[in-house]
Amino acid sequence: MRTVHLAAPDDFDGWRDAARALALARVPPEEIVWHAGDGAPDLFADEAVLDTAVEGAFSVPRAFVALARDAVCHADAERFALLYAMLLRLRDQPRLIEDHADPLLRRIEELAKAVRRDVHKMRAFLRFRELEEGDQPRFVAWFEPEHHIVRINAAFFVRRFATMRWSILTPELSLHWDGATLSEAPGASKADAPAGDPLEETWKTYYASIFNPARVKIGAMLKEMPKKYWKNMPETALVPQLIAGAQARESGMIAKSDLKVADAVAAEPPADVGGNSRLAWEALREEAAACTRCHLYKHATQTVFGEGPIDATLMFVGEQPGDQEDLAGKPFVGPAGQMFDRALAQAGVDRGTVYVTNAVKHFKFEQRGKRRIHAKPQGPEIEACRWWIEQERVLIRPPLTVALGATAARSLLGKVVTISGARGRPHVLQDGGEAWVTVHPSYLLRIPEREKAEEEYARFVADLRAAGARAKELA
Amino acid sequence: MAQLDTREKLAILADAAKYDASCASSGTAKRSSAGETSGIGSTEGMGICHAYAPDGRCISLLKILLTNSCIFDCHYCINRKSSNVRRARFTAEEVVNLTLAFYRRNYIEGLFLSSGIIRSSNYTMEQIVEVARSLREDHGFRGYIHLKTIPDADPELIHQAGLHADRISINVELPTEQGLKRLAPEKSVEGIAGAMGDIKAAIEDKTDAKRRFKSAPRFAPAGQSTQMIVGADSANDGEIVTRASGLYDRFKLRRVYYSAFSPIPDASAILPLQRPPLMREHRLYQSDWLMRFYGFAPKEVVAATGADGMLPLDIDPKMAWALKFRENFPVDVNRASKEMLLRVPGLGIKAVNAILLSRRWRTLRLDDIARLTVSVARLRPFITAADWTPGGLIDRVDLKARIAPPAKQMELFAA
Ligand code: SF4
Repeated sequence: MRTVHLAAPDDFDGWRDAARALALARVPPEEIVWHAGDGAPDLFADEAVLDTAVEGAFSVPRAFVALARDAVCHADAERFALLYAMLLRLRDQPRLIEDHADPLLRRIEELAKAVRRDVHKMRAFLRFRELEEGDQPRFVAWFEPEHHIVRINAAFFVRRFATMRWSILTPELSLHWDGATLSEAPGASKADAPAGDPLEETWKTYYASIFNPARVKIGAMLKEMPKKYWKNMPETALVPQLIAGAQARESGMIAKSDLKVADAVAAEPPADVGGNSRLAWEALREEAAACTRCHLYKHATQTVFGEGPIDATLMFVGEQPGDQEDLAGKPFVGPAGQMFDRALAQAGVDRGTVYVTNAVKHFKFEQRGKRRIHAKPQGPEIEACRWWIEQERVLIRPPLTVALGATAARSLLGKVVTISGARGRPHVLQDGGEAWVTVHPSYLLRIPEREKAEEEYARFVADLRAAGARAKELA
Repeated sequence: MAQLDTREKLAILADAAKYDASCASSGTAKRSSAGETSGIGSTEGMGICHAYAPDGRCISLLKILLTNSCIFDCHYCINRKSSNVRRARFTAEEVVNLTLAFYRRNYIEGLFLSSGIIRSSNYTMEQIVEVARSLREDHGFRGYIHLKTIPDADPELIHQAGLHADRISINVELPTEQGLKRLAPEKSVEGIAGAMGDIKAAIEDKTDAKRRFKSAPRFAPAGQSTQMIVGADSANDGEIVTRASGLYDRFKLRRVYYSAFSPIPDASAILPLQRPPLMREHRLYQSDWLMRFYGFAPKEVVAATGADGMLPLDIDPKMAWALKFRENFPVDVNRASKEMLLRVPGLGIKAVNAILLSRRWRTLRLDDIARLTVSVARLRPFITAADWTPGGLIDRVDLKARIAPPAKQMELFAA
């Protein structure tokens, strides 16, 4: 057994000199015990000294030297031995340095990576505190690195804070800079550093204000700023209360959306959209005219936007424009629209007071010869187009909305429902509004038996009448 | 209005700046104070994040507004004229002192200054420039400075800004022209594009800056960037990606930042009620990477979107592309070109480089790949190695379900 004593835990030069000599003498790795200033020598190891008579040199890839320089600073007690083992292999096979899949090289790379990360985190998380001392202040920091990185990090602090007087105290080693020279001193304790700095309150104010409580990503924060660094960073004291505040805010929002219909409407009175709502609606319609959110715009003639008074208390949502609507650019003007108008009149609801629109704003069809046959919009199209209907709803804020058919119901409720299951009862929408579901008038056009058709029509009229009455109640 | 102290102003003016996504402090020229007798600061090429907020974002720069008063009325902006927020205004000197005091304590890499528009665009821009000038000339500040410029300001002022700043940016604000018209009626697409074009020209012609004064960085050595708000207008991901790549090409931008529209207090009535999922912003950033570093053409990213023009939220865009274009897989890790390796979901640039070097040495087996990557399980269906072929795995319809990560629970936070 041979024992090598290195001057310090980060003594790269000492390791290199010893390793070179040992490698020249072809001493196998298992016969060497490495000691760095970081522990008592192994009493049972042979004290045989290094055979310094071996002269000579050999070369290793430059990349390895850089890697070793970093890896040496790791806290892992095996680092010197691992590096020496790698050195022996590289001596015979220099190109092995390219084989990143080699387990030993991989392990050394991991060590170096951890050291570089610690170096970076020290630059990031070290905090100076100002100390009044004579006519020129001194800045003192207490930091607890994970690896032996203080010395290799000194140059960074000199480059950045060259004109300040500063001290960096760590458990293992202290650095002092007087504005011209850097000196080293033994390790210190936390009590040797100032306990605070009046500016920290201002910094904490900044930290709290720049945080956006609408987006909490605790995992992302912890990944980059692990807790082990927190104790010496003044701002981290705020983290628990910032998160608690954000969560309370979030759950407040969730609780609100769970409220019963009546409560929700009461809790969120229709906002005053101000005098510019008409202009806003026109701008929205203009923007929708150029929509390319889904592929349907490619074949249709134009976007068919909603229509009706901005202050309507009742909104009807259909499926999509049909052949005639597509050409006219207006909703509900084709056969189904005429049927709708008739039913509405019979139900005693004034068509001029309601807002009508569609879940999907472009005509989807299949070309069969000269005819364009209606095709049912799919989930992604409904999703894409939902953006527009949400915008319309923000402006109009109808207390009551009626979904005509399954597509409209899906768009409004955000999930697939059946008409039979959803009909005849109120639904609470996310924005607090109330929704009812009924059939689409085109369904009535497709019923072949006359008797059934009349029965369904009467039911539809009854739904519209009930909706008209309910809208008055809510308004 | 009662006088506010610095801390009160800071609370207001940092709060007002937090919707800005950019905080980068890298990519600039290296500067150092070593051997100098005055001044302070350095830049190291790579920026440093000095803290992280619970929103997961890096805090690298002191990011504040000079004032949150504004004569414009952009609907998505909390500082718009018609908003009810509390207003505050810093003097140039206050910002300078705060920046230096924070910098000395190693809290920050430098300053990111933006502002609401007061009086006029030129007046506001002058104030912004004055902060940067004072930091550089009166205090020899060598840290990082990012200035947000006001689109309509005189080109000469923007030029001044570029002489002091490491980076300048102008927000395009919204991905579509119609969106800008509707939500920021006082801003114009041409005005913004014109200013970006000027900056690009000035960066390319950076020579005279060095002559003006010595501690100046060259003209905006960290280039220019911009920001787009996602989810406030109708643009889908495909349109956003296309727009961003157009901006990169036309103006040689360093970065396009995406900011998921956050519902702001006292929101304007014409804004969407709901914020887009944060994951959407993340997917857009990932697609940005695919174009900038992975050799994907914009139209390939667009091809990865679904029928609704949106990138899937449950898997990353590279995976989405791979699942859609399965005929390109499996890729042989021992033979494939770098370009093809970069297309394998789960293989990053570092891993690809390590594979290329290592395979000169050995025929790679699945174990080797496992050592070079984070999760071999995810990428297994897409590769062949010496001891591995995915067999029919790649053609399975349920492939997505098999590799997509299970939905994560919110982690509870214990302090
Ligand atoms: S159907 Fe809707 S989402 Fe699709 S292009 Fe037309 S308006 Fe846009």
